[in-house]
Amino acid sequence: MSLVVDIPRIISDMPRTELFDVDLIRKDFPILGTLIRGKPLVYLDNSATSQKPASVIDTLTRYYGFENSNIHRGVHYLSMQATEAYEEARSKVKEFINAPSEKEIIFTRGTTEGINLVARSYGRHHIQYGDEILISAMEHHSNIVPWQLTAEERGAVLKIIPMDENGELIMEEFERLLTDRVKMVAVVHVSNSLGTVNPVKKIVRMAHEKNIPVLVDGAQAVPHGAVDVQDLDCDFYAFSGHKMYAPTGVGVLYGKTQWLESLPPYQGGGDMIKSVTFEKTIYNDLPFKFEAGTPNISGGIALGAAIDYLNGIGMDKIKAYEHELLTYATSALSAIPGLKIIGTAKEKAGAISFVLDNVHPHDVGSFLDMEGIAIRTGHHCTQPVMHFFGIPATSRASLAFYNKKEEIDALDCVIRRVREVFE
Amino acid sequence: MSFDFRELYQETILDHNKNPRNYRAIPDATHHLEGFNPLCGDRLHLYLRVENGVIKDASFEGQGCAISKSSASLLTATVKGKTVEEAERIFSRFHDLITSDINAEPDLKALGKLAVFAGVREFPARIKCAILPWHTFHAALQDKKNAVSTE
Repeated sequence: MSLVVDIPRIISDMPRTELFDVDLIRKDFPILGTLIRGKPLVYLDNSATSQKPASVIDTLTRYYGFENSNIHRGVHYLSMQATEAYEEARSKVKEFINAPSEKEIIFTRGTTEGINLVARSYGRHHIQYGDEILISAMEHHSNIVPWQLTAEERGAVLKIIPMDENGELIMEEFERLLTDRVKMVAVVHVSNSLGTVNPVKKIVRMAHEKNIPVLVDGAQAVPHGAVDVQDLDCDFYAFSGHKMYAPTGVGVLYGKTQWLESLPPYQGGGDMIKSVTFEKTIYNDLPFKFEAGTPNISGGIALGAAIDYLNGIGMDKIKAYEHELLTYATSALSAIPGLKIIGTAKEKAGAISFVLDNVHPHDVGSFLDMEGIAIRTGHHCTQPVMHFFGIPATSRASLAFYNKKEEIDALDCVIRRVREVFE
Repeated sequence: MSFDFRELYQETILDHNKNPRNYRAIPDATHHLEGFNPLCGDRLHLYLRVENGVIKDASFEGQGCAISKSSASLLTATVKGKTVEEAERIFSRFHDLITSDINAEPDLKALGKLAVFAGVREFPARIKCAILPWHTFHAALQDKKNAVSTE
């Protein structure tokens, strides 16, 4: 009896990451046991997409094998079951990001669709000729182009919050840009190409002082630590399932009820209506008003399974372990002669971008590939970031909680060999 | 199957990457065109001086990976002194090599030094790097004015 009581106390005294059994966790991901070109896969392209645990894969298989049905419309058993499972996933998302209500959780295809939804619907309703939209210098193309389209259509102006050489936003400049003309601030939470964690809470507070709403692109933030949309107080928060261990083709847009109620629908179709005549359509309540057509049902349910999986480990533990791994990788790569890390913000998560003297990132990528090591090379859908640093491309290693220090060592070792070969 | 880096990065490729041949502009070029790979941001400028159907001079400038740089370098070295028809035939053979199935056995002998690019077939993402200089060359000879893009 006393033993059972003692265990929690002993555990709580230990550093968190020691509880983190990465070898055990790796067994949950079938793909991590595969060989690439005859060598064990070292997957360091997690910012592009994450691998999926067996529980997520099983959820998909089970759904299509035994539960498949359309939702929100059938009176038959399977349809009701599918509807319940899909809506349960919505509740899990709501809890996961601490949203006040399921009504504020809109399922999308991914971050890109969530941002396009806001850019279109908010733009049509709230952005007028001469207004300004503020985005940052480190946005992914998906948080640039939708706003360019809106700006073009509405006659508005897109303005850019600049960053410094470390890849940190210049907050004084942001303050200066926050004029009465600004009708929307759209910023990335964690930069996919630099790894910078932006001070989103502060950005929201500053914008709200001027009654300007804020959309946050959370695609690279949600997988790496607990996100609390009420604490951030942002008006919109968009993220993707596939970067947080769920399938591709499903994502989430969180929006505050007051905004979602005021915006016109994004797309028209089935499921987003209450009644339709040729003269007039009454739109459905939130969140369904923004969910036209049959959604990615299996993807939504599997996103729920991914959240269960992440909660099983604990986002705080994931954050602590990944931070340790990122620190380890940063110091290992920094020690390689001729290697320069691009993006040296004080607070970073997930990704390390780098360039190597005299070796093009594509060659680094192909060389690593031959050793079974998967990284991303190129502009990472952030061409303005590349222009800012005056480089055409970088190599990027991006981490997940199933990565190990030994994998960083392998990366380190092969990069050193690349240097020798191209010397 | 385990893979050795030398299957992609053969010595000739590494050599031409480090010491690219004909890396310069041609002031009195009769043909000049830019090639662009938007996926990686690589750009190259290809210059040709053609007289009476013969390529008297060929050169290039620009940034790129080892595959695209060495391909451009070998291109200039190969086509210099050839007639336009001969050079176009080489382009066609090179194109066939790069886009052929990995198990196919192309006529490597006819390709000469260009045969070193056979390994690129194993890496579909890199085929565009190898072929970009050649597409730019082909388009330049047609007097195309707009930059050639891999996309």
